[in-house]
Amino acid sequence: MARFIIRRLLGMIPFILLVSFTVFVLIKLPPGDFVSNYAANLSASGETVNQATLIQMRQEFGLNAPFLVQYWHWIWGVLHGNFGYSFKWQQPVGSLIGERLGLTLILSVSALLFTWAVALPIGVLSAVRRYSIADYLVTFVSFLGLSVPGFLLGLVLMYIGVTVFGENLGGLFSPQYLNAPWSLGRVIDLMRHLWIPMVILGIQGSASLIRIMRANLIDQLHQPYVDTARAKGLRETTLLVRYPIRVALNPFVSTLGWVLPNLVSGSVILSIVLNLPTAGPMLFDALLAQDQFLAGAFLLMLCALTVIGTLLSDILLALLDPRIRVQ
Amino acid sequence: MRPTRMPTDSDAAAPLLELHELRTVFPLGQGRVLKAVDGVSFTLLAGRTLCIVGESGSGKSITARSIMQIVGPPGRIAGGEIIYRPYPGRAPIDIARLHPRGTVMRAIRGRDIAMIFQEPMTSLSPIHRIGWQIGEPLLAHRLADRKAAHQQAIELLRQVEIPNPETAVDRYPFEFSGGMRQRAMIAMALACGPKILIADEPTTALDVTTQAEVLRLLTRLQHEDGLALLFITHDMGVVAQIADDVLVMHQGQIVEHGPVERIFHDPQHPYTQRLLDASKKLGMAAPPARPVVIAQQPLLQVRGVTLTYPVQTSLFRRPQVPPPAVRDVSFDLYEGENLGIVGESGSGKTSLGNCLIRILQPGTGQILYRRHDGTDMDLVALDRQALRQVHREIRMVFQDPFASLNPRMTVARVIGEPLLVNGVLSGPALSQRVAELLAQVGLPRDAGQRYPHAFSGGQRQRIVIARALALNPRLIIADEATSALDVTLRGQILDLLLELQRSRGLSFVLISHDLGVIRYFCNRIAVMYRGEIVEIGGADEICFNPRQPYTQALLAAVPEADPRRRNLLHAA
Amino acid sequence: MSSTTADIENGPAEPLPIATASEARLFWIRFCRHRLAVVGLAVTLLLYLIAIFAEPIAPFDPNHSSARLVYHPPQAIHWLDNGSLRPYVLAFRLQRDPVTLAATYVPDPHRKVYLGLWVKGDRYDLWGLFPGDHHLFGPVDARQPVFLFGADRLGRDMLSRIVYGARASLSIGIVGVTCSLLLGIVFGGISGYFGGRIDWAVQRVIEFIISLPTIPIWLALAAALPKRWSPLTTYFCITLIISLIGWTELARVVRGRFLAIRSETYVTAAWLDGCSQPRIIFRHMLPSLTSHIIASVTLAIPLMILAETALSFLGIGLQPPAISWGALLKEAQDVNSLAEAPWLLLPGVAVAITVLALNFLGDGLRDAADPHAH
Repeated sequence: MARFIIRRLLGMIPFILLVSFTVFVLIKLPPGDFVSNYAANLSASGETVNQATLIQMRQEFGLNAPFLVQYWHWIWGVLHGNFGYSFKWQQPVGSLIGERLGLTLILSVSALLFTWAVALPIGVLSAVRRYSIADYLVTFVSFLGLSVPGFLLGLVLMYIGVTVFGENLGGLFSPQYLNAPWSLGRVIDLMRHLWIPMVILGIQGSASLIRIMRANLIDQLHQPYVDTARAKGLRETTLLVRYPIRVALNPFVSTLGWVLPNLVSGSVILSIVLNLPTAGPMLFDALLAQDQFLAGAFLLMLCALTVIGTLLSDILLALLDPRIRVQ
Repeated sequence: MRPTRMPTDSDAAAPLLELHELRTVFPLGQGRVLKAVDGVSFTLLAGRTLCIVGESGSGKSITARSIMQIVGPPGRIAGGEIIYRPYPGRAPIDIARLHPRGTVMRAIRGRDIAMIFQEPMTSLSPIHRIGWQIGEPLLAHRLADRKAAHQQAIELLRQVEIPNPETAVDRYPFEFSGGMRQRAMIAMALACGPKILIADEPTTALDVTTQAEVLRLLTRLQHEDGLALLFITHDMGVVAQIADDVLVMHQGQIVEHGPVERIFHDPQHPYTQRLLDASKKLGMAAPPARPVVIAQQPLLQVRGVTLTYPVQTSLFRRPQVPPPAVRDVSFDLYEGENLGIVGESGSGKTSLGNCLIRILQPGTGQILYRRHDGTDMDLVALDRQALRQVHREIRMVFQDPFASLNPRMTVARVIGEPLLVNGVLSGPALSQRVAELLAQVGLPRDAGQRYPHAFSGGQRQRIVIARALALNPRLIIADEATSALDVTLRGQILDLLLELQRSRGLSFVLISHDLGVIRYFCNRIAVMYRGEIVEIGGADEICFNPRQPYTQALLAAVPEADPRRRNLLHAA
Repeated sequence: MSSTTADIENGPAEPLPIATASEARLFWIRFCRHRLAVVGLAVTLLLYLIAIFAEPIAPFDPNHSSARLVYHPPQAIHWLDNGSLRPYVLAFRLQRDPVTLAATYVPDPHRKVYLGLWVKGDRYDLWGLFPGDHHLFGPVDARQPVFLFGADRLGRDMLSRIVYGARASLSIGIVGVTCSLLLGIVFGGISGYFGGRIDWAVQRVIEFIISLPTIPIWLALAAALPKRWSPLTTYFCITLIISLIGWTELARVVRGRFLAIRSETYVTAAWLDGCSQPRIIFRHMLPSLTSHIIASVTLAIPLMILAETALSFLGIGLQPPAISWGALLKEAQDVNSLAEAPWLLLPGVAVAITVLALNFLGDGLRDAADPHAH
């Protein structure tokens, strides 16, 4: 088992290096750079632009060096924990992304748990009571979940908040806790606000998981070993849980590999709509302003999250399925 | 602990299970209903073996499932009684009246009546340990706690002759072979000491030597415990070897029943007669129908053919070289003769057949094929172009008639395809030829416009044969061509092939695991084991005077369809 | 042969229409059993019809703005006028609250605006080629504005804008999925056909792309597009970006089906018959692939539509003056505007209905293509 994990970890390293290179290419893709962007904004608002200042800024930020040199400096810094400097915020990137990434992780993981908690029992019910009213209802509702974009739900929620409750339902913290240091009160405040984006994100994810669980379980329900269990005289619910549901759990758990990336990525747009202090809004601004180190750090960490998600999913699957372990 | 009861006289007479007019139906929608079991009545006695025999669709399996009340929805028991009498003094229970998931039925299942199934791989849960699965009925019926159940599982594994039961008990099913898995299933069924054991085709998926071992095990355990054994099968040979009483089923009804001697030597019903004729025809004692006239020139000379399947390499693991599937095989095939290649699963016979026709490329060796003009060519060394020419003269008939026909092409297109792509015929001449071929294999003219899904298994096999004949080949390789068919159809297909052979001068290589089929059809037989030809010789010589121990073991394991000659159970 | 052969062997008596039904017909029969899928098909066809004929179907010119009619609420249709069937809406007038000075629209019961079918209205050029001025429905008096779905912040009719938006959003779905399909077939086919090292390499590339979180990548790519480009160029680039990420799923399906079909016995039989490789691929294997590919493609279109909507909503996809549902939803981003005019969310309903219909359709196609899967 340990050998399995080590093998996978080793295999991930070239992968992450490739990802970091892709990320760097992406953030350097837009024409121009932060300085030209800054200059364009200045002239748009009517101020004069001092060429000498621009040249000096470029020099200072190291934007004159060739592409590969810039990449090398960046990745070397990252490996030492230095994510670079944010031009726009005038702060080291590390201090900016820390809390935001943490909140993104909390949001995504809680949405994942919510998704599983919803999709598992509903998928099981839908498969066992196939073609019943409950099944059709569930199918319809889960289709609905697939069709309505998450950010739209967010908008509807904001609208309801403003018109019905007269308050802003967005954000993850009440104003008094927004920039406060961590305390129990802050954690509780977070929980109170977290459930809205968690539910919205979770509904999207659970739709497809319900259908996957349903399809897998239906396949297993017709397998001969279920008949064998019945022939032993086991109670129906016991044998359903112990055998086909347990076997169908394996492909269900392996979906972690792509559900977590989807949730992380979905949270980006939702955060922008609901104004959550997570990675999304800051990443978006950084991309538009070409604040390359900030954008690059966010992108890299988000990609790393998804790669870790795939690794976790493989490990979980190996734990659950002896056929993979014993090979 | 599992009770060991010696059968007493009063036990032997006590009827354990009585079925009266049992009816099980499957609604098909729109008011139509399929009567899977249509008025079945019989009695099962303690200490005796009752065999239900029939072809596919006869309802024998559903009958067994009805007794256990595990007929899945939408099927349901529509009428009749299943009277279960556990002890002479106690009140009998009508199983048909019980709710399938109710407490009473669940108490009976697994504890009083147990069942084993056909496919041991899929009938055991892939992710639970063997020991757990065997001990589970004890836990479910509260006859033991976890530790005791674990001990009992080890003991049961020992009784079903699985080696090293202490370590085997912690293994998973996929780590065992087919025969071992079936033994484990038997152990699981006997855990609670049931009075009735229902076995639904338990040996159909096993090799013939493994089948013999499992049958011996079953009958031994039955005698030791005084069980009533209800054994379902389609193989008359197996019936003859182990049955005390026989029930013949056809289309949901019992057409005949009685003691095994009478059924085999004095059958009353024409269907029973047909079944017996079909199995006897391919039995060891029957006269063969193989061709008589054989030329002296060899058509095919196989020398030293070896084939090893390539192994999946991964970046980090050292590749393990697997043993060769075909190992240094050499033989001759003469023009006009039928050569049989017989072996069990894993013997390499299918791989050899694929090498002969070059679906697979042998690693070493030569296959010399003599063409019409007398020249020899080595099939192993041929390129794609030349191979196409050879494939007009060497054709193949496959095992699975469902998979070897493209479901999206009409029968006429399927049969005409080889003629079309080789530029032999087209247009009206092609349609004419297709109609001729259909007639030759006994299919109606209008079969051409239909699609394969409209035909039964036997009819599809005829279509495959018609396709093989289209280019007037000289050699046909038939890989398990009859294995997927019911026993009554096998003889017909073989007779069809022989008749075609007489009119066209063909030669055949017949690959099969069924010695009876091979003996009926072939002049010479090659016996394969683990990739090698162990013995090769004339058919009668191999069948009645085998020299190699493997061949002897193989022959000894073939169940004879005669209850007066019970070779299987008394073998060493 | 003898008659006993036919007796024993007659399989289930198949009626001739089923026996001679080709696989395509069987596919259609299986599909029609899913009622939801048939509904999905009908709705999808209707939506694409609307997108194709947007000009005559929309009652007004989508760009016709009016400062006096900013955030006009939707007007309800009254079907009966004094007992006879003459649909009309009540014109609204602006009324100022004397205390707060806030302006609200109230319906004026004395001013009826009658509606009709095939009325003369704003001029248009169908597909930019054919001039016309008749609309499917609208006010009988062309000078009277009618807002069945309300008006936006520039006084433009939402219904007309949503109808025009269908064209952009739905066509991106089709174009994007075509690009994805081409990439998917090429890579999936190559991977499945050649196997070995090439397959391994392509599989690793696909895994790499799948493991990247899509939306951040889209954001990065879309933000990289210069703002100066024309709407048409932007349109194509956005489509390309979306399809670049989506082709991997199609490639997997193509490869999976290809490998599965290649190991089928009838394919080996075709090879033994003497068929050339192209003939085997196109006449024997492709028909089996087609039904699965159609199902996967149909299920990929809603993802494209959702992606375009999201990007345009954020302002980095299609931007004004281009009209797409996502661009329309951008107006709703400000909660205060939304509070004043909740009908700005209606394009979202259009998106949801489209995606729902396509999902039902795709699901039904997938079930019909592989009846043994369940």
